[in-house]
Amino acid sequence: MKAINKHYNVVIIGGGVVGCAIARELSRYKLNIAVLEKEADVGWGISCRNSGVIHAGFNNKPGTLMAQFCVEGNKSFAKLSQQLDVPYKKIGKLVVAKKKEEIEKLQKLMDQGKKNKVENLQVINSDKLKKMEPNVQGVAALYSPNTTITSPYLLTIALAENALGNGVKFFLNTKVTGINKDRSVFKVTTNKESFSAAYVVNSAGVYSDRISRMAGAEKYRIYPCRGEYYVLDKNASWLVDHLIYPVPHAGSGGLGVHITPTIDGNILLGPSNEYVKKKKNFSSTFKVMKMLASESRSFLPSISSGDVIRSYSGIRAKQAPSSEGGYRDFIIEESKAVDNLINLIGIESPGLTAAQPIAKKVVDIINKKEKLKINSTFTPFRKGILRFDEQDEETKKALIEKDPDYGEVICRCEKVTKKEILEAIDNPLGAKDLISIKYRSRAMMGRCQGGYCLTRIIELLREKYNINPQEVTLKGNHSPLLTGYRSDEVKIC
Amino acid sequence: MLKEKEVIIIGGGAAGLAAAVACQEKGIKDILIIERNAFLGGILNQCIHDGFGLEKFSTSLTGPEYAQRYIDQVKEKKIPFLLNSMVINLNSRKEILIANRTGLQHYRAKVIILAMGCRERTRGAISIPGTRPAGIYTAGVAQELINLKNYMVGRKIVILGSGDIGMIMARRLTLEGAEVILVAEKLPYSSGLPRNINQCLYDFDIPLLLSHTVVDIKGNGRISEVTLAQLGKRGGIIPKSKRKVPCDTLLLSVGLIPENELSRQAEVVLSNITGGPEVDERGQTNVPGIFACGNVLQVHDIVDNVSLEAEYITEGVIDYLQGRSQEPREFQITLGAGLRYVVPQRILTLKNTIFSFRVNQPGIKKTLVFEEDRKIIKKKLFLRVNPAEMLRVKLSSEELKDVKRLKMRLV
Repeated sequence: MKAINKHYNVVIIGGGVVGCAIARELSRYKLNIAVLEKEADVGWGISCRNSGVIHAGFNNKPGTLMAQFCVEGNKSFAKLSQQLDVPYKKIGKLVVAKKKEEIEKLQKLMDQGKKNKVENLQVINSDKLKKMEPNVQGVAALYSPNTTITSPYLLTIALAENALGNGVKFFLNTKVTGINKDRSVFKVTTNKESFSAAYVVNSAGVYSDRISRMAGAEKYRIYPCRGEYYVLDKNASWLVDHLIYPVPHAGSGGLGVHITPTIDGNILLGPSNEYVKKKKNFSSTFKVMKMLASESRSFLPSISSGDVIRSYSGIRAKQAPSSEGGYRDFIIEESKAVDNLINLIGIESPGLTAAQPIAKKVVDIINKKEKLKINSTFTPFRKGILRFDEQDEETKKALIEKDPDYGEVICRCEKVTKKEILEAIDNPLGAKDLISIKYRSRAMMGRCQGGYCLTRIIELLREKYNINPQEVTLKGNHSPLLTGYRSDEVKIC
Repeated sequence: MLKEKEVIIIGGGAAGLAAAVACQEKGIKDILIIERNAFLGGILNQCIHDGFGLEKFSTSLTGPEYAQRYIDQVKEKKIPFLLNSMVINLNSRKEILIANRTGLQHYRAKVIILAMGCRERTRGAISIPGTRPAGIYTAGVAQELINLKNYMVGRKIVILGSGDIGMIMARRLTLEGAEVILVAEKLPYSSGLPRNINQCLYDFDIPLLLSHTVVDIKGNGRISEVTLAQLGKRGGIIPKSKRKVPCDTLLLSVGLIPENELSRQAEVVLSNITGGPEVDERGQTNVPGIFACGNVLQVHDIVDNVSLEAEYITEGVIDYLQGRSQEPREFQITLGAGLRYVVPQRILTLKNTIFSFRVNQPGIKKTLVFEEDRKIIKKKLFLRVNPAEMLRVKLSSEELKDVKRLKMRLV
């Protein structure tokens, strides 16, 4: 009877922010749902490698799903993040014109925003800009007060954990190798077990073209387009209060190098916009690093290279090839060739903002074909890991009294306690890589990049999972941190 | 509840221990050392090689042995210390908030001695391009993993940066059976001590490539390769010199940064060059009663100098506590050619004063000149100067007597 255990109403391929949002939305109904993720944790693709911005929606062409879902996603974001206990802050965004010629473009952006029903946009002059951002150079700016920042990986994790709590099954390290359909049942084979399903949702991000072909459906093509970032020390956070963007170039497939305060108090510089051959090419490059520094200095001259603590890069899932440039609208629809296969193609920016509306759309597609029954035990709430450092003193005292592990600061830069790290290690999804602990707890994300806490975290991980040194991994199976014990090869007779 | 102390020392490593012992010997009774680790001695505990103590104890000790000499004194003198305790706040009123397993504790001290040491510069801070796989460690972290936790970090190793810890780890890893392929240094000279180049690299046939750096990193899970390139005279990459070096580990020994996050909270002014507080002739910062010594003040080359500096600044602590102050005559020291920095940065009172400094580049037969306007106060000849070495010169109070401006330069 094994086969029955593995039959799902819906199999979702891809555990990014969109896949996890779909899983959560679907868990409102009485369904057996599985999420298949090839990596060792959710959100390791583009979902953890972006600016973490919940856009207002003025950058997208009126009438597109991108525009509609971006505006909707922005409006409903506060409620979503409160339900999921995910941090967010409505800090507002300034699109800064560096030259007079660009002011006209600000007006156009504002008009576009108004058509998309973005509220409270205004063009401000250089005096007002100086008052709002004394360190930023520009002649005018478009001010968007509704633009919000969040933690993209915590959001993804929260969506997944909430879905898990509502009965969705997550299969990590599970890479889809084939999709066949026998009458009305899909058979999804993976590097591990096989899954049978009535519906397959293809939310595989940059690999969504491959999944569609695998299922014998439309032959889409996704062009990977890399964006590199710099992360600045929290000591540089005084530089700006708002998101600072340049005026986007027409035809560019990105928003230009911007200055992004993060929810944790760092500043991001980036991203670049460069088509690459490989979908896994997350390298940082010498050329772009240099460009990021000079571009961001062009409106924020006081940025210092000494403030850089890290670099990273993400890959956009572009439908438009480099010769075309710009954006093509999201495709979110049932395949015309294969019934019950729902394709999500070209989910790039503003995908993070739009994740929830996209998920609702997927549910609508299924709901129109099936009469879905409400899951009466569904809860939209989920609790995250309590941040000791953000509590007031009385609460801190009470926490240590309740659990002395709160009194042990393991990550000195981000002031993360042993208790938080243990909670991160013991996460509901069972992700046990170093990166998973980093995203959940913020340990190792500070200026010393794990110099102080790495050894301690390795010890805690080994203790918890009772594993050998060589089994401690950074990010998945092929990333061991250690080769073993030092004395392995020493034989004393 | 706020507990009052006469002197609180933040950090129980080489600097903190020496400062505590010296304070006690000078008659201060109410001292508290705060250490975040489970043991005293700080980074010395993982430095199991020898060569420590030649100046201080005229014998060659390992790091743990050197630390133990001070730990024994702290215990003999019954100087109180807290372990596993992290200072999470410090302000300019010299109030401290500590977190440990028993709770949060507030302290206030008449004198705070900053002795938090330093941290290592990371890959992110120097922007090495490439992927971000496992197997990239700073040398000190690798040292901790190997020497304190008995783990092996890798088998085929490239080391970037010729700092002392990097070279010591080159030897350590070789002795453990790993292959250390090379040490690359972006400068045309090593940033470590000559004795380490000889004892850790040349004695083990490990090549030191000067004017070389890592320009790319490959590998998705674990690092599999670095690209090495030679640098031209102006520091630019010579394109034709690029070559790929397969490896499974990259160690970085690319500089140390004084750990002054708490000092910032207390509004202590930091030097852009040393990364440590700007201090007067006895290590006092701009915040009266807050002193600094050891690697939090300036990165030292040898630990003996850390201990000496810690002992030396306690003279200022005593003066401060006893309210002894001479007529202040504050002036800054200006630096001329050839010098990177000097500590102290300013002179407040007339005392015998030790000037610790580093040169900009290696040289032979260089003379250090102290002068006031055109008048030469003192000259000292050095047969060899090297940026890796911290040099120290003393001016007596007699020599400093009527000085109102002081310039140092190397000729």
